[in-house]
Amino acid sequence: MAVATFFGARVNRREDPRLVTGNGLYTADVVLPNMVHAAFLRSPYAHARIKSINTEKAKALPGVIVVVTGKDIASKLNPVPCAWQLTNAEIKVPKYYPLEIDKVRYVGDPVAVVVAETPYQAADALEAIEVEYEPLQAVVDQESACKPDAPLLYDNDVPNNLAFHWKISSGDVSRAFAEAEVTVKERLVNQRLLPTAIEPRGALAQYNPSKDELTVWITSQNPHVHRLLLSLMTGIPEHKIRVISQDVGGGFGSKIPCYGPEAVVVLLAKELLLPVKWIEDRRENYVSTIHGRDHVEYVELAGKFDGTITGIKVITYANLGAWLSTAAPGVPTILFGTMLSGPYKIKNLECEVFGVLTNTTAVDAYRGAGRPEATFILERIVDIFARKINMDPSEVRIKNFIPRDAFPYTTPTGLTYDSGDYEGTLRRALEISGYKDLREEQAARLKSFLQESTETGKRKRTKEKLIGIGLSSYVEVCGLGPSSIVRSTGFALGLWESATVRVHPSGKVSVFTGGHPHGQGEETTFAQIVASELGVNLEDVEVVHGDTDKVPFGMGTYGSRTTPVAGGAIVFACRKIKEKARKIAAHLLEAREDDIVFDSGRFYVRGSPGTAKTLAEVAWASYGAGSSELPSGLEPGLENTTFYDPPNFVFPFGTHVCVVEVDTETGQVKIKKYVAVDDCGKQINPMIVEGQVHGGIAQGVAQALWEAAVYDKDGNLVTSTLSDYAVPTAYELPSYETASTETPSPHHPLGIKGVGETGTIASTPAVVNAVCDALSNFGVKNIDMPLVPEKIWRILSSSSPRLESPSSTTSPS
Amino acid sequence: MFPKEFQYASPRSVQETVQLLNRFGTEAKILAGGQSLIPLMKLRIASPKYLIDINRIRDLEYVRESGEFLLIGALTRHHTLERSELVKDKVPILSETASSIGDPQVRNLGTIGGSIVHSDPAGDWGATMIALRASFNVKSLRGERSLDSDHIFSDTLTSSLSPDELLTEISIPIPPRDRSGGAYEKFERKVGDFATVGAAVQITLDKAKKAFEKIGIGLTSVAPTSMRARRAEESLLGRDVTLANLDEAATIASEEARPIDDVLRGSAEFKRAMTKVFLKRALIKAAGRAGVIEIE
Ligand SMILES: Cc1cc2nc3c(=O)[nH]c(=O)nc-3n(C[C@H](O)[C@H](O)[C@H](O)COP(=O)(O)OP(=O)(O)OC[C@H]3O[C@@H](n4cnc5c(N)ncnc54)[C@H](O)[C@@H]3O)c2cc1C
Repeated sequence: MAVATFFGARVNRREDPRLVTGNGLYTADVVLPNMVHAAFLRSPYAHARIKSINTEKAKALPGVIVVVTGKDIASKLNPVPCAWQLTNAEIKVPKYYPLEIDKVRYVGDPVAVVVAETPYQAADALEAIEVEYEPLQAVVDQESACKPDAPLLYDNDVPNNLAFHWKISSGDVSRAFAEAEVTVKERLVNQRLLPTAIEPRGALAQYNPSKDELTVWITSQNPHVHRLLLSLMTGIPEHKIRVISQDVGGGFGSKIPCYGPEAVVVLLAKELLLPVKWIEDRRENYVSTIHGRDHVEYVELAGKFDGTITGIKVITYANLGAWLSTAAPGVPTILFGTMLSGPYKIKNLECEVFGVLTNTTAVDAYRGAGRPEATFILERIVDIFARKINMDPSEVRIKNFIPRDAFPYTTPTGLTYDSGDYEGTLRRALEISGYKDLREEQAARLKSFLQESTETGKRKRTKEKLIGIGLSSYVEVCGLGPSSIVRSTGFALGLWESATVRVHPSGKVSVFTGGHPHGQGEETTFAQIVASELGVNLEDVEVVHGDTDKVPFGMGTYGSRTTPVAGGAIVFACRKIKEKARKIAAHLLEAREDDIVFDSGRFYVRGSPGTAKTLAEVAWASYGAGSSELPSGLEPGLENTTFYDPPNFVFPFGTHVCVVEVDTETGQVKIKKYVAVDDCGKQINPMIVEGQVHGGIAQGVAQALWEAAVYDKDGNLVTSTLSDYAVPTAYELPSYETASTETPSPHHPLGIKGVGETGTIASTPAVVNAVCDALSNFGVKNIDMPLVPEKIWRILSSSSPRLESPSSTTSPS
Repeated sequence: MFPKEFQYASPRSVQETVQLLNRFGTEAKILAGGQSLIPLMKLRIASPKYLIDINRIRDLEYVRESGEFLLIGALTRHHTLERSELVKDKVPILSETASSIGDPQVRNLGTIGGSIVHSDPAGDWGATMIALRASFNVKSLRGERSLDSDHIFSDTLTSSLSPDELLTEISIPIPPRDRSGGAYEKFERKVGDFATVGAAVQITLDKAKKAFEKIGIGLTSVAPTSMRARRAEESLLGRDVTLANLDEAATIASEEARPIDDVLRGSAEFKRAMTKVFLKRALIKAAGRAGVIEIE
C-alpha cells in the first residue's frame, strides 16, 4: 500500500503553505488587549562605568508607564545563567545581570528599560534617559584580552579575562612531531559571524493574577529550557510559567540562549499586571543577540612524505564576548576539540582552548557550533600539508581516512563514530565533479595566463581567469546527545528527547514533540515517520510543538538533534502503541496476540487478511473500553509518552568539491561548480535533506567569501545593519549539485543521522581551499576569511606567479 | 527603528507642493519612494517635522520624448526606467543603470528624482546623469530654474536645491542613434549593494567611427559626490578608439578619483585600481555599442 512508502518519500513540506502565504504565527504577531511595549536603552560604549542614570524626563513623557534601571531591579532578577559549566577547565562564570548595574561591557549592553503605551513612545522615552558614563579602555580581540595588561571586564572575578582553559590530548604528540618527516603550521582565523535570523528576537509576557500564572510568547528554539531558565532568573516557579513559541523565523543557534531582557519583560508583566511586548529591531538584533565562531587558531600538523598524518596540535583563542551565554563554553571545547581528528585516523592529538571574555557581544552556538571551526582548520591544514609534500589533496585524504570496515571506531578523543564510508563519498564527489578534467583545465588556464602575462610584458594584465579546486571532507558529531556523556562534560541537562503520540478515538493522531522545528521540516518528516509506523494517512497526523503546556518537557531543536533524537522518541512511542493496539486487535478478532499481523495500518489474523481491524477501529475500542472491546487488565486509551535517550551520537559525513574562478583584474571569486556528497544514513524525505544541505552550504560559503562581523578598536560593531553585513543572495550562489550515499546509523531505530548543519560545516573550507588552490602559484598558503576581492587583488598585484611545482622549492623540515 | 513624530501632507499637485514647501521650508521633507528617507527617519538620523508625500501627483511620473530630449518626471520609479521600451530604445544606459540599483522592492518604489536629490555619492544615477549631461528642472513658489549635471550635486548627501524647491523633471539629450553608446559598470560586494565603485560612460563617435566626438564619464563612490572624470574625458576627446587610449583614460580617471578607505568595501588604493578596471570595461562596452567592431 502507498502508506508504506511514506518513509523515504519526497513529500512536500506541509509547513510551507502556512509560512509562504504569511499565515505563520510569530511572536511579533501575537497581539493582546491592553498590551504595552518595552524598549531597552543600550550602551553606546564598549566599556564604561555607569556614574548615574536620570530617568525623570523620560518618565514624564506621554504614554510612558515605567522606566526601570539595573539598580531598580537588582534584587529581583538573578544573573543570566550559563548552562554549560565545563569540568576540569577552571571555569569562571561572571555574574552578568539582565540590566547592568554599575558597568557596561559591550556596545549594546542594556542599562535601562522603558515601558510605554506604544513602541513609538517607548523609543522617544529612550532618548530622554540621561546616563552619565565614564568610558574605560575596551578590548575587543581575544589574544589581547588575555594579556596581563588588558582591561578587565569583571575585575578579579575573571582574572586575565580568562573564563576557562580547556585541554584535550591523546597519544604522544611530542614524539609524533619529533619524528615527523614534514611539519606544517599556520595561524588560521575563524572570523565572527552574525547569525541573522530573518525574524529578530522578542518576547511577550502576560500575567494572569487569577491563576497566578505567566504566559510567555518567545522566540525560542527550546521552549522548556527557556521556561526553566526564566524561572531561575525571575524566581517564578516553573509550573507557573507557560512558554509558547509557535513559528520561529530562523534561529541558527541564536535563539537557544536565554537573554537578560527576556527575563526583564517577564518581571515587568508580572509587576505591571499588563501584557508587555518587546521585539528587537535589526540593529538591536545585531548588537545584542549572540554571534558565532570567532576563533584564532594556531595549528600544526606532523606527517610523512607518503602523505600519512601522524599528529595534530591546536591552540585556540575563543572570543566569548562580554558574558558567558547559555551554551557558550561547550561550543569551542566539547563540540570543537573532540572533533579535531575528523574523518582521519590520526592518533596523536593535542588541543588547548583559551576561552576569553572581551568587550563584544557574547558568542554562542551558531549553525554547526564548534564543528565548522574544527573542520575548517583540519581541512585547511591537510591542504597545506598536501601542497608541501606535493601530493594531490584527494590522495592525502584517502590515505588517512578511517576505513569503512573500522566502524564503530573510537577516536583518540573518546568518541565512537557509529558508521562511515568516507572514501566512498570522496570518490563519488570526484567522479561527479570531473576532478581529473578539472585539474587539466586548471593547468591549461594557468599556462596561458603566464604566457599572456609575459608576452604583453605587463604581468597580470590579462583577462584570463584562474581556476581553483577545493575539497573538504568532514565527519560531524550530532544528534546531541547521550545524556550521560553530555552530563559528564558539565552540561546542565541531559539531551534526551520526549514524544507523546496520541491516537484519538477517531484514529487521527497527534504527536507532541519536545523538539521545536523552525524551518527544518520536521512537521513533515515526523508525520512521515508516524504514518509509516502506524500505517495511517499523512493528513491524519498532526505534529504539535512549541508550547510547554501541551508538550512534555523537551530539549528543543539545535545540534542536528531533532530528527535523530526527537524522531527516535516518536518511533519508540509508535511502537509501544502498536504493541497495545495488537493486544486490543487480538481481543476484537478473538485470536491470540501472536497470531496477529500488522500491515499498513490493519490488524488481521495470520492467513486471513480479509477480516481486519484498522487502527481507527482499535482506537475506538480502546476509548470505548467495554468488555468486548478491551481485554481485561488493559488500561483504556491509546497513547504513549516516551523519553528517548540515544545510546550514542550520530556521525554524518561527506565530501564537498568547490570550483572557483578568480578574476585576475579585480580579485573577485566566482563559484563555478559546487558538488556535495553527503551521507546522513537513511533519509526520511530526500527533498528536505537537499533543502537542508543547500541552506547549509549557502551559510558556509557566506563565511568564506562575504560575511564578517567587524568591530572597530573602540568596540563599535561596524556591521550593525543589513546594508553593512554582507549576507549573500541567491544571485551570488551557485547551483549546487548534491548527491548522497547511504550508511545507516547502526544504533538508531530508523538508521538516520542529522543533516541540519553538514552543509555549513563542509562548505567553508571547500571554498577557501579552492581559492588558495587557484592562487597557489603566487606563493599563497593562506588568506584569512572572508576572501573579499581586495585581499586577493593585493596578492595578485604584489607577487609574481611561478610555474614550478612547490615540491622543488620545499625541503623536509 | 521607530521614527519621531511628524505631520503628514499628501498634496495632489506641484503647485500645492511648492506652497507647502514654501510654508514649512527647512522643517519639511519631500517623501518620494521613501527608500532613502524612511530608513534615515527610522534610524532617527533625519527627523522632519513635516512630511510632504508627492506620490499622489500623477503628472510627476512619466517618460516621454520631446524633440531631441527624453523627459523624465522626478517621481518615475527605477523599475519604470529599467523596463521602459522608450528608454531602452533612446537612452539604454538609463535602463542598465536602473537595473543595477538595489533589489526589486527598492526599484519598485525608489525614484530617480529622490535618488538625485538625496545626492549620495554611492547612488548610481549620479554618474549616469553626468555621463549623459542631463539637466534638472526645479520649481518653487519663487519660480522655476534649470540646473546642469555639473551643478546639481553640492556635497555628500546635499543637492543644490533650496529647502523650498521641488525637482520636477530630468531632461536628457538623446544621443545620435547609430554612432553612440553608453555603459554603466558597477562593482559591488553582492547584488543589491551600493557600489564599491561605478563607472558610467556615454560616447558619440565621429562619422568614420574611429574617434571620440563626444564623451561623458561619471563615477560612483569615489568622491564626496558623484564625480565627473573631466581629465579622462579630455584625454579621449577627438582621439582614436584604441585600447591604449582607453587604458590611458582609465588611468587618468583613477588618478582624478578621490575615494576614501572604508572597512567594508575597501581601501582608497583598491577603489582607485577598480575605478580603472571598471571604467575601462565600460569604455570598451560603450565603444562596442557605438559600433566599433574590434578595438586594437
Ligand atoms: C536596500 C536598499 C538598497 C539600495 N541600493 C541602492 C543602489 O544600489 N544604488 C542606488 O543608487 N540607490 C540604492 N538605494 C537607494 C534608492 O535608490 C532610493 O530609492 C533613492 O536613493 C532615493 O529615492 P526615493 O524616491 O526613494 O527618495 P526618498 O527616500 O523618498 O527621498 C530621498 C531624499 O530626496 C528628497 N526628495 C525626493 N524627491 C524629491 C523631489 N522631487 N524634489 C525634492 N526633493 C526630493 C527627499 O526629501 C529626501 O531628502 C537603496 C535603497 C535601499 C533601501
